[in-house]
Amino acid sequence: MLEVSSLHKRYGDLVAVEEVSFTVRPGEMVGLLGPNGAGKTTTVSMIAGLLQPDRGEVRIEGSAVRRETDPVKRRIGLVPQELALHDELSARENLALFGALYAIKGAELRRTMGEAFEIAGLTDRAADRVATFSGGMKRRLNLAAALLHSPSILLLDEPTVGVDPQSRNAIFSNLEELKSQGKTLVYTTHYMEEAERLCDRVIIIDHGKVIASGTLDEVRRLVPATNVLEIEVENPGMDGWCGELRALKGVDSAELAGSTLRVTVRDLVRQSPDVLGWLRDHGYRCSHIASQRADLETVFLALTGRSVRNQ
Amino acid sequence: MNLTAFTALVRRDLRLFFMDRRAVVMAFAAPILIASFFGYLFGGVSNSGAASKIKVAAVDEDASTVSRGIITALAGDQSLEVQIRALEEARESVRTGKTAVAIVFPKGFAEGAARALYRRDQPRPEVPLLYDPSHATEMQMVRGILTQHVMEAVTTESMSAKSVDDSLRELDKTAEMDPADKTALRNMLTEIQKWSRRSPAGPARSGFNMPYTVRDEAVTAHKGTPYNSMAHSFAGMCVQFILFMGIDTGMVMLYQRRSGLWKRLRAAPLSRFVLIGSRAVSSALIAMIIMLAVFGFARVVFGVRIEGSFAGMAGVCAAFALMTAAFGLLVSVVGKTPEATRGIAILVTLILVMLGGSWVPTFIFPQWLQNATFAVPTRWAVDGLDAMIWRGLPFGAAVGPIAAMLGFAAAFGAVAVWRFRWEA
Repeated sequence: MLEVSSLHKRYGDLVAVEEVSFTVRPGEMVGLLGPNGAGKTTTVSMIAGLLQPDRGEVRIEGSAVRRETDPVKRRIGLVPQELALHDELSARENLALFGALYAIKGAELRRTMGEAFEIAGLTDRAADRVATFSGGMKRRLNLAAALLHSPSILLLDEPTVGVDPQSRNAIFSNLEELKSQGKTLVYTTHYMEEAERLCDRVIIIDHGKVIASGTLDEVRRLVPATNVLEIEVENPGMDGWCGELRALKGVDSAELAGSTLRVTVRDLVRQSPDVLGWLRDHGYRCSHIASQRADLETVFLALTGRSVRNQ
Repeated sequence: MNLTAFTALVRRDLRLFFMDRRAVVMAFAAPILIASFFGYLFGGVSNSGAASKIKVAAVDEDASTVSRGIITALAGDQSLEVQIRALEEARESVRTGKTAVAIVFPKGFAEGAARALYRRDQPRPEVPLLYDPSHATEMQMVRGILTQHVMEAVTTESMSAKSVDDSLRELDKTAEMDPADKTALRNMLTEIQKWSRRSPAGPARSGFNMPYTVRDEAVTAHKGTPYNSMAHSFAGMCVQFILFMGIDTGMVMLYQRRSGLWKRLRAAPLSRFVLIGSRAVSSALIAMIIMLAVFGFARVVFGVRIEGSFAGMAGVCAAFALMTAAFGLLVSVVGKTPEATRGIAILVTLILVMLGGSWVPTFIFPQWLQNATFAVPTRWAVDGLDAMIWRGLPFGAAVGPIAAMLGFAAAFGAVAVWRFRWEA
């Protein structure tokens, strides 16, 4: 069980994390969602003991981390956003080193390394230098390195950045397996579809604050807009006119990305003609229209007025 | 303390260092090559190599027996390589750097010198020395050698019977001189004339000779043990390149911070002592290995021996290794990025090794700078190594350098720990 209470972290005038609280139970995966710079990594760093919060507390299985050598830190496995590996060493040498950090040696080390390589699907490459690995293989090894000491809580900070689809699916399978083993997982990402696929609950963070949290259905219900119109505009011209569109009754958000206009509406039947009429009246031509159910991306857009990936 | 983690981190650092070809070349081959070069330049082993001679041009406008004799004597000096040239040719040769010094014997030099030898009221002939400003030291050396040969040649000529006769005749014609002085000088010249005629070897033996000879003895560890200039150059270069290795260890910490490895280390239940101490120990071990290899090479190839206390040598090496480790930690807190840190660290290191006497001995420095360099850790390292290697001093002479370097290590380490950014 991971309990995070009122975490607060400030860098000078910048409030990186403000009053962030949540709880994650064993066998549960919670997604920390938000754009780059939202405060996700800072939050994870405070949970892992890398950063000292200005206020607030983190409890791991009921115990707070009191000092650097606190044994409770053994219950945390951190998968950093960066590829925290020695490229010059072999995969086996890397894992042996990271195992030694937790005083694992001898037969126990060989066993845990074997399991970790199995999970990462890298058993046949254990003797190879990490420098020869693909980005996806390195990501899988990065994950395996955090599992050596059998932590009960796994902190995954954007673990799929720069990964090919095959490796991404492999990592997802690994995480689902770990969840089924009863591990507590915290997963930060700005890929909303990853959170939708993997997470039981999500916590949406923006500018260091939690702006929404709950199960996927609970979060979706937070915004009245449940439908999205995706309109391909032939002559989008300069950005800046979306504000007028947002002023229409029943329109919660409107955002132009390239030539694609995404408009969230509360009532598809009523507001669609209004939106299309506005576009026609202002001289915009449309080549394609599609509608879809609101996803987390839409929720974030509705809550903040901005897209996660455009940050 | 998690000893498993500590030893694993030390092993990792050693393995990564020895896997890095560039680091290994810089740490082992570079000091050996450069130290060998400097050692050869500054005298080589036992001074057995022929030192290069100073190129001197002689311009003989006087064309007298005296000037020719001086030039012949100069040409016979083992320190000089003399060529006779015309004035303009000699000047051009100096200007273009082909000749270090040109000596011009002006017309009337011999006569004037002979007159001025006995008479202060007579004008002394001027001997221009044209020299290359970048060879000022050689010019001083040539001036000394010239003085010796001029004195011998001029006094020999001045004390010849003919020359003394001429001097007596000239004295008789002189009216301005004090009568008492005149009488005294006449008496002296007359006696010289008598002595010159009595000399069995003739006038050639009648001049002044250098009243002494010189016996050079390099005072080294033991009487009869020749000075081996490789000893100092290997000590200096070893200090320089080990400090460069120290920079690299600091850089590695910055790269680890960037790569996320630092996060992984900090996430583990490890004390700060394990994280920093393992790095310091691995740096110190690498420094010791480098010193062992470099001085081992100097011993086998150039016969550089530890003439002093072996325990003192080990102590100096260990203290310097610890100081280097602390220096590396200090480097890791100087800047936030490796790029920003490397340049300033290299500059500081070069200044340290320059002031420490790694390139040239500190006695060349002005006195105030020599005193100031006691505040530089490399000075203690070089002095300590010199004392133990070629000066052959006992352990007591190593205590000061060891204490100073441990003091610097403690200071550097304290600042590094104080300024260290623990948060990842």
